[in-house]
Amino acid sequence: MIAKNLVIVGGGPAGLAAAKSAYDCGERDILILERESELGGILNQCIHNGFGLHTFKEELTGPEYAARYIDEVKKRNIEYKLSSTVIDISSDKVVTYVNSTDGLVQVKAKAVVLACGCRERPRGAINIAGMRGAGVFSAGTAQKLVNIEGYLPGKEVVILGSGDIGLIMARRMTFEGAKVKAVVELMPYSSGLNRNIVQCLNDFDIPLMFSHTVIDIKGKDRVEGVVIAEVDDKLRPMPETAQFIKCDTLLLSVGLLPENELAKNASVALSPVTGGAEVDDTMMTNVEGIFQCGNVLHVHDLVDFVSQESENAGACAVKYINEGAEKCEQVTIKCTKGVRYCVPHKLNCDDNFQSLNFKMRVGNVYKKVELTVTADGVKVYGKKRPVVTPGEMENITLNSQQIEQLKKAKEIVISLEGGQQ
Amino acid sequence: MIKEMICISCPMGCHLTVDATDINDIKVTGNTCPRGPIYARNEIIAPKRMVTGSVRVTGGKIPMASVKTREAIPKQLIFDCLEQLKTVTLKAPVHIGDVVIVDVAGCGVDVIATKEIAEA
Repeated sequence: MIAKNLVIVGGGPAGLAAAKSAYDCGERDILILERESELGGILNQCIHNGFGLHTFKEELTGPEYAARYIDEVKKRNIEYKLSSTVIDISSDKVVTYVNSTDGLVQVKAKAVVLACGCRERPRGAINIAGMRGAGVFSAGTAQKLVNIEGYLPGKEVVILGSGDIGLIMARRMTFEGAKVKAVVELMPYSSGLNRNIVQCLNDFDIPLMFSHTVIDIKGKDRVEGVVIAEVDDKLRPMPETAQFIKCDTLLLSVGLLPENELAKNASVALSPVTGGAEVDDTMMTNVEGIFQCGNVLHVHDLVDFVSQESENAGACAVKYINEGAEKCEQVTIKCTKGVRYCVPHKLNCDDNFQSLNFKMRVGNVYKKVELTVTADGVKVYGKKRPVVTPGEMENITLNSQQIEQLKKAKEIVISLEGGQQ
Repeated sequence: MIKEMICISCPMGCHLTVDATDINDIKVTGNTCPRGPIYARNEIIAPKRMVTGSVRVTGGKIPMASVKTREAIPKQLIFDCLEQLKTVTLKAPVHIGDVVIVDVAGCGVDVIATKEIAEA
């Protein structure tokens, strides 16, 4: 068994940012483990632009954004291993990985940052009835085939789900000569960014059908078409609205789930809402010395926020390595009235942050609301928002004075006040 | 003419209200940064888009290199640009910023590589 101060699982945007920040906080004994053959994670296949406006004040493509962080990591000579899959992490922080040169290796770490991202919900997770012909792909798989491998997975396409990857792929498939017949969305709103509806669908006259879903897939060897139907207010398909759309490909963009099998092995407590760990304000999970950041913690819509969150996790991991865990009171943050969750989930009463960032999502579309934070019923912070949607993460930053007020409280509540659904 | 539009300059996606009654004095509200009015004016007068895509690479560790137009190009030239991309094959190594096509579709904008690809 070898020993390392800090092991970072995942060499995507979260892992790279955590490594850079840990190094800059003085840590030199760092190992990044990445299962793919190159660093950069999912950014490598996200060749569209729109990344980095917050971090670099310019608009980059995914590979360019990744390259910035890869350069930073290489400049610092931080050790990383590619094509190396972590197969187990124990609660005493022994990380086991395999690759074809080292074989099976166990690393005893003082701290572990889990930055292993998320995965797409597949067909099986949403139980679409129908035949099992070829031509059903998750949107991310299609994205990899088109952008990295250079294959077009189909010519006539229906996309189920209007998340960002689905929208981006509608444009991408159109660019490569495929005909995207419709994007079908179960909910009455899109979970993707508005700008993507404009520049990926409206620009190419691709219809977006809200409150519709796919109820049947036809085609024995290859998809020959799908049957879609409108859903009622309880999201049940109405058979009388069924219509057949001829297509050879169905792309699924039906949500992302944090990939937490490793965390479970290490007895990390997970949030039933996010599917990620429940972390305190240092991004530490309930298991001492195991930290989480990025999409494995909760699914973000902007990589800039992944980087920001992960830099915090990297810095906090180094502080833990040097000073040990804080034994102090924790206040749990409650989310009510339209707010589904908030990260971090808990506040350490001994932490002294100059400012603290809270990220959260709402459960529905609301207009003219105020996002408020209260400490024992007293309002500490309020932010008026003309519109909030589940597709767009809300982000608030509290100053040291406001944090002090929260730390004294027995109960912290984040909620949406006023407004209408 | 009052138009509602969503700014695509950044992921915020501000809802803009654009008064283009006087084409020489387009009034924009709803933006949260200076890019909003610029976007809205362009969108009314001559809409532009960034185009990203990928081109084939020989002798590299990966068979495709991602590329982008250095800046936004006129919207009506998107598919001309894409057609031209299909005719290009790069040779590894490829570096970020390498010019892939000079003056794509005759619009004065170059297409550049956005990915480092080492030789296999």
